[in-house]
Amino acid sequence: QRRAGGRALGVDLFVIFCVFLSLLYGSRAEVPSKPTASVTILPPIKPDNGPQPYPEEEKSNLPVFTMNYPRIQIPFEITLWMLLASFAKIGFHVYPKITFWVPESCLLVSIGLIVGGIMYSVNEKPPAVLTSNVFFLYMLPPIVLDSVFSLYVQVLWFAVVGTLWNSIGIGMSLFAICQIEAFGVQDINLQENLLFATIISAVDPVAVLSVFEDVSVNEQLYIVVFGECLFNDAVTVVLYSMFSFVTEMPVVEPVDMFLGVATFLVVGLGGMGFGILFGFVAAFTTRFTSKVQEIEPLFIFMYSYLAYLVAELFAISSIMAIVCCALTMKYYVEENVSQRSCTTIRHVVKMLSAISETLIFFFLGVVTITTEHEWNWGYILFTLLFAFIWRGLGILVLTQIINPFRTIPFNTKDQFGMAYGGLRGAISFALAFTLPDNIARKHLFVTATIVIILFTVFLQGISIRPLIEFINVRRTNRKTDTINIEIHTRLMEHTMAGIEDLCGQWSHYYWKDKFMKFNNRILRRILLRDNRAESSIVALYKKLELQNAIEILDTASGDISAAPSIISLQEEKKNSTKPKKKFLAADLKNMHDILSKNMYKIRERTVSYTSKHALPNDNQRREILIRRHSSIRRSLRPGSFQTRIMPKSQKYFSLPPGESLNSRFPPTRQSFAGDPHAQETMSEVAYPARRSRFGNRSSSGAMMPLHRLGTLKEVSSVDFLNESERGSTGRGSQFRPQSLRRHLSADDNNGLADEMRIRQVEEEEEEEEERPQASQPPAWAAEPRDETPRNPLLRRPQWNEKK
Amino acid sequence: LSFLECSWRFCGRFKALWMKAALPDFKIRELTENPIGGRIIAAFFPPEKERLDFPSFVRILAHFRPIGKNRSRDRAQPEQANSRTGKLKFAFELYDQDRDGKISREELLQVLRAMLGLQVTEEQLRSIAERAIQEADLDGDGAISFDEFKKSLEKVDMEHKMNIRFLK
Repeated sequence: QRRAGGRALGVDLFVIFCVFLSLLYGSRAEVPSKPTASVTILPPIKPDNGPQPYPEEEKSNLPVFTMNYPRIQIPFEITLWMLLASFAKIGFHVYPKITFWVPESCLLVSIGLIVGGIMYSVNEKPPAVLTSNVFFLYMLPPIVLDSVFSLYVQVLWFAVVGTLWNSIGIGMSLFAICQIEAFGVQDINLQENLLFATIISAVDPVAVLSVFEDVSVNEQLYIVVFGECLFNDAVTVVLYSMFSFVTEMPVVEPVDMFLGVATFLVVGLGGMGFGILFGFVAAFTTRFTSKVQEIEPLFIFMYSYLAYLVAELFAISSIMAIVCCALTMKYYVEENVSQRSCTTIRHVVKMLSAISETLIFFFLGVVTITTEHEWNWGYILFTLLFAFIWRGLGILVLTQIINPFRTIPFNTKDQFGMAYGGLRGAISFALAFTLPDNIARKHLFVTATIVIILFTVFLQGISIRPLIEFINVRRTNRKTDTINIEIHTRLMEHTMAGIEDLCGQWSHYYWKDKFMKFNNRILRRILLRDNRAESSIVALYKKLELQNAIEILDTASGDISAAPSIISLQEEKKNSTKPKKKFLAADLKNMHDILSKNMYKIRERTVSYTSKHALPNDNQRREILIRRHSSIRRSLRPGSFQTRIMPKSQKYFSLPPGESLNSRFPPTRQSFAGDPHAQETMSEVAYPARRSRFGNRSSSGAMMPLHRLGTLKEVSSVDFLNESERGSTGRGSQFRPQSLRRHLSADDNNGLADEMRIRQVEEEEEEEEERPQASQPPAWAAEPRDETPRNPLLRRPQWNEKK
Repeated sequence: LSFLECSWRFCGRFKALWMKAALPDFKIRELTENPIGGRIIAAFFPPEKERLDFPSFVRILAHFRPIGKNRSRDRAQPEQANSRTGKLKFAFELYDQDRDGKISREELLQVLRAMLGLQVTEEQLRSIAERAIQEADLDGDGAISFDEFKKSLEKVDMEHKMNIRFLK
């Protein structure tokens, strides 16, 4: 049944797809011949498909209905192309089996090929959107930015030196080949060869990474490949600009080589310096943005983009600039900005980079069919050959050099994985496509690049998964996060730093230690809004407590003694046959205090080990909570609610539909960022005032961010009103406030929503304690009215009865 | 014994350090800033002794040799100082100052306090320590024995953590 549904979906998508295609052509047909408007975008139009523009006679009268296409033409077409590519992406996931075996880049290229085929058959050319400017100024930054934000650890060695090695090696050997007359490509000189070699040595191991992840290879391998991917792009572009500059010089002298190297260093390091500078400025700015949270993401983007552009201005490596800027920002800014801004930033960056990559691959497919190719068997085949050879050699040599320095050396299987994972991708294509036209053999280069990309993407991409599994690359043992490991690891690091001090022998522990001290003392004071250095031990502890709290919800269906007390939780897990422990008020209070005080700042620090192309999945916890809520509510029987609540809640029935609780009890808006303690105390102060309205519960520490409260109420109030009114009449009804669940799940506030629900858990369990008697208020649904915005976990009547 | 061999090889360097260390007011600045600096130094001195002789110094440092390539041999002799067990023992003894073979809650708290210091409140420290003990404590005596310690770290890669390369 699902497959049929999937197929129906696929058919739908296909229909939409076709509609879009025709729209695209139709729109082209619309354009009257206005050469100025279409100089970069559009080719000459075919007037035979699509509706005709309005006939002439309308013009004399007042135009009631006009179509002014040229005005919107450019954005319109860009949008259509993007949508087309995105639909393609959606389409793949209809059949998940496809995405399992075939990497996404393959699929995108295939779709591009198809579209290109269509266009070719109607004799159209693709829009020449992919100019150098567009690529470098608009498409590249998001890709790079995204790589940086997903970064786990930097590995410069393979990336920089590897790329250099590859480019020079391939370039040299191709040049040697060119000398052979049989191939007829003698006119390509050394510089052009080097340039070409640089282009095709830009490895894009995206497909490899996703496979690695699924197979969960050992972390070292993953990190190296990941880092290589990141810096590869950067290095390639740097080399490319260098070499393209060199190709324009008629004669290359030895001094130029040195100058070239010097340029490389200046360019690279200059880029880094610029980037770090911008990063610091950004961090400093965000220190003061606690009142203007909505535009925090804007700062991040603007600063990174500015770094990029300014670096372009000075002709230093803009990629390095943006990378370093983003890295610096990531560390400091992440602590300053609110959780929401972080999420926004991550989402937007992922989106932009996905668009860029999608478009580039898509164009690859289209261009493959539609451009004029220059084919030269010898050159192209040898290019392929050399690309493989040099990559393999390069990995081998580099590994040999670096292995003595590593504590776990790379074994042959790892090396094979790395070498085989040398898929070329988007960047190569874009660079090739935007080669300056003064290179005589541009088409040959483009053709060769396309061939390499297609070959690697399709062949290697599809075969890498079975191969990796076959050769059984060493897997990772994901260490379970336990507090013990964290503490002992920290102890060992301190020990190592100490021992190294003793020996006078410094390794990276020493430098790390030193840098951390400098960081804590100086940098963080200046750049951070709220400088409370949070140890990773404490952060991990908080995270684990949160997980525990969630586990309570999960395991404690109707089970009183799944107490939130830490100790009893552990025991409960171990032997459920033990007699149930009593709720200790002290335990409870303890946990409340700790949870409430510690959970203001739980944030996923490292987005480690997630794929470059997917967002970190912190949805799981929320979903557990949401499911928990609904299952609890479903299991509720009417009754057993406080009489105390009754008089208060009855008053809600009188609320006319449509009037939100908001109007009755206007929440105070509070910004979440800023000093969490201050915020908590504020809400603590404000909260009892509200709670007294709701029935004299004496709670110890449960607190609620009030502005969240308001939002939820607004969202769900109307539905509640209706439902509660219905519910008041029907006692036995067990309908679900479905809307609440929907609204809750629709909210995208990770941290806040989680906290709120945790607090509601506490509240609920606490209430449970305080109201030992079961009583029956008339309206079961009154409870949700009263509590649900703050406490969707309705009370479980079974608990009371067992007492 | 292999650590002696190592000591002969790096005799010169160690001797210099040892000379410095033998001075009465021995202070390495960074070590004083290290939260567990005192414990590290104390680990070098055998119990009840005020002076450190060279072989003892080397013996302690031998813990930090990388685990050799000849893995089978090391496994056969787990008492070797630089075996995984040896390294873990060293770390264990950093906690267990009173040498009773167990890390009690108090001892863990002390270390935590030293490492986390001013960042957290006392009750947070207690909770963390409590949680750590619960995670590791399998026999329920409220303290972590050496075996429990080893078990809790079984997934951690020691080759990375406690090595000084030049000792190889």
